[in-house]
Amino acid sequence: MSFQELIALFEGSGIADRIRENDVLFPLIESIHVLSVALVVGSIVAVDLRLLGLAWATRPASRVARGILPLTWCAFVFAVVSGALLFVSNATKYLANGYFVAKMILIALAGANMVAFHWIGARDQPRWDRADLPPMKARVAGGLSILLWFAVVTCGRWIGFTMKIG
Amino acid sequence: MIEGVLLGLSKWLGATWLSGQLQTISWIIPTLQTIHILCVAILFSSVILVDLRLLGVLQRDAAPGEVAKRFLPVVWPALLVLLATGSFLIVGEPRRTLLNPTFYLKMALLLTAIALTVGLRRSLASAFRSEGSGRRFAVRLAAALSMLAWCGIVIAGRWIAYTGDS
Repeated sequence: MSFQELIALFEGSGIADRIRENDVLFPLIESIHVLSVALVVGSIVAVDLRLLGLAWATRPASRVARGILPLTWCAFVFAVVSGALLFVSNATKYLANGYFVAKMILIALAGANMVAFHWIGARDQPRWDRADLPPMKARVAGGLSILLWFAVVTCGRWIGFTMKIG
Repeated sequence: MIEGVLLGLSKWLGATWLSGQLQTISWIIPTLQTIHILCVAILFSSVILVDLRLLGVLQRDAAPGEVAKRFLPVVWPALLVLLATGSFLIVGEPRRTLLNPTFYLKMALLLTAIALTVGLRRSLASAFRSEGSGRRFAVRLAAALSMLAWCGIVIAGRWIAYTGDS
């Protein structure tokens, strides 16, 4: 099956039909998407600020992360599911939208930044966990993360202005 | 009568120089909305993290008052930016908001949420020190209501786009 056929399959599905046709369903799923994206980005920024040494210096970085990241992941699941539902309802139009494609690439980059931090930055975290100012590699990861997630939100908002639905 | 006043106000606002600028320069409204949403993300996540601590879900290794002190200071500056960007959005598209029942629902929920947040902050110092389980229950109830109110604000915010006049 080609990629185009897969997209057509999504778009022709009963769920996609229902989201497209129903006046309430699309805004409702969109509201859940905005809620969960807000929690993902807001909570990640909190952890990033600690990595940058800009907040809560007296609390170990690992404890800041442990207290916040469960919320981030929970919200992320909701964001992905609601986002996927919005996507299948108008898959072809979303794929043709530059801001949508950019948003997906930016999310992938944010994920790569997180993985890279775990492999490189967090390996010796016990050594700097209590430091006011974490090492450069942690600060770079935190700064990049804020920039990437802000860009994700920006692209997301711009999709609404560049894509006509219905 | 009130509708007549609001209609007149919308027409007057829409005819101002500032409104004209906001309407003609196409990138301003999406930019304001993006800043608005990013501030919502920061404010909303902070409040939810405090509420989740009060409900005993996250960050149980720190005292509720300490968690509140860590996350609530961002609320007022974020609200200020939200008020500013929100005001510009109203001037740019007055009929979309001022003649929209969802907008007034959002503002009513906002006042409720602010009252709950201020109330929680006030009672935090004493509530968890005293033994009274009734007081503790009241704080938890307020935290749960606060979460609901803030979620309602975000959902209503998204719904303004679907219930507006223009």
